Amino acid sequence: MFATGVIVFRETLEAALFIGIIAAATRGLPLRSRWLAAGVVAGALGSLMLAAGMGQVSAWADGIGQDLMNVAILSIALLMLAWHCVWVSPQAGKMVMEAKRMGHAALEGSSTLWALSLAVALSVLREGAETVLFVSGFLSGSSEGLLMVLSGAGVGLATGSLAGIMIYWGLARIKTQHLFAVTNVLILILAGSLASQLAKTLLQAGIVMRWSTPLWDGSALLANDSTLGTLLHALVGYEARPAGLQIIFYLGTISLIWFAAKQMKASIDNKQATAAAVS
Amino acid sequence: MTNISATPMTFKAFVAVIGLTLSGLASAADNDVTLIIKDHRFEPAEVKVPANTRVRLVVHNQDQTAEEFESYSLNREKIIPGGAKAVIFIGPLKPGSYEFFGEFNEATAQGVVIAE
Repeated sequence: MFATGVIVFRETLEAALFIGIIAAATRGLPLRSRWLAAGVVAGALGSLMLAAGMGQVSAWADGIGQDLMNVAILSIALLMLAWHCVWVSPQAGKMVMEAKRMGHAALEGSSTLWALSLAVALSVLREGAETVLFVSGFLSGSSEGLLMVLSGAGVGLATGSLAGIMIYWGLARIKTQHLFAVTNVLILILAGSLASQLAKTLLQAGIVMRWSTPLWDGSALLANDSTLGTLLHALVGYEARPAGLQIIFYLGTISLIWFAAKQMKASIDNKQATAAAVS
Repeated sequence: MTNISATPMTFKAFVAVIGLTLSGLASAADNDVTLIIKDHRFEPAEVKVPANTRVRLVVHNQDQTAEEFESYSLNREKIIPGGAKAVIFIGPLKPGSYEFFGEFNEATAQGVVIAE
């Protein structure tokens, strides 16, 4: 029961922290809870289907079908986060103010939430499919009873989710005017983390063959399987032995999105200044 | 408008080309090593590979249940469903030993890659 709980916890943690950060980043936006809940439910249903079809998926493309699927999932999730950082977030503060002033009837704001809702669904899908495969395998092959396995999985799921709730409440204590600055940085780092995982998947599948050698080995200092290492992996994409390609993807993604968001914000401020000058 | 009917074919062709390219890349690897999972154990538990070369690891899971091949030192993780074969590229590795394990059955599924 303990072993089941630990593994389910590890799988849940990453998605839960992801959802916690996204939930904090969208605080005050109309219909936000519904959008995020829809993402979680869609991801959970999808992970049941993906787990059922994993045998076929794995056999595609000469044994790297699963990697191709992960490349697609990670790329789309990455695009959604980038879209949020560059396009939605520079206007989010204004939208929350408008929603407050006009009441929750200002529904236009919700149309920007589909991107994050999709990113949440994909995060749940990826971790969920692994969890389903693990638990179902354990059920059929283990000497432990059904009740023991399921309660272990339940405890793991609950503690993992608790971590997500804790990060959400921690972030929710930040004052609204600072909150978006903090969550923007966190989402930017999550995007870098997805890019690093994307690089790892490309290397593992043999799609990219260069820069696969680890640039350094930090495992003596902070191992990936330590508690802090696991947490930092989920939050900021920490790797004890990152391949060169992972570093390139991580830093490249963060700087690209940061630069684009800055340009976008400058152009929005410019328009507002012009509009104010005209009126 | 005329493009709509052509789209599925174009897409299929695109997928086929990608698939061919990828399988071409995969089979172009010079070193194949096969690893079998049976009764939640790796066979062989000790895999010798040449150092400083990329190796194509073919893992065949002969159990009914899924396993996750995981290694911190190789920086790899991949699910292998019951009865399925999966390909994992590793290296080029410096000479040394690199532990791996099956995350879903860590008590028994242990192994090591030795690069020399």
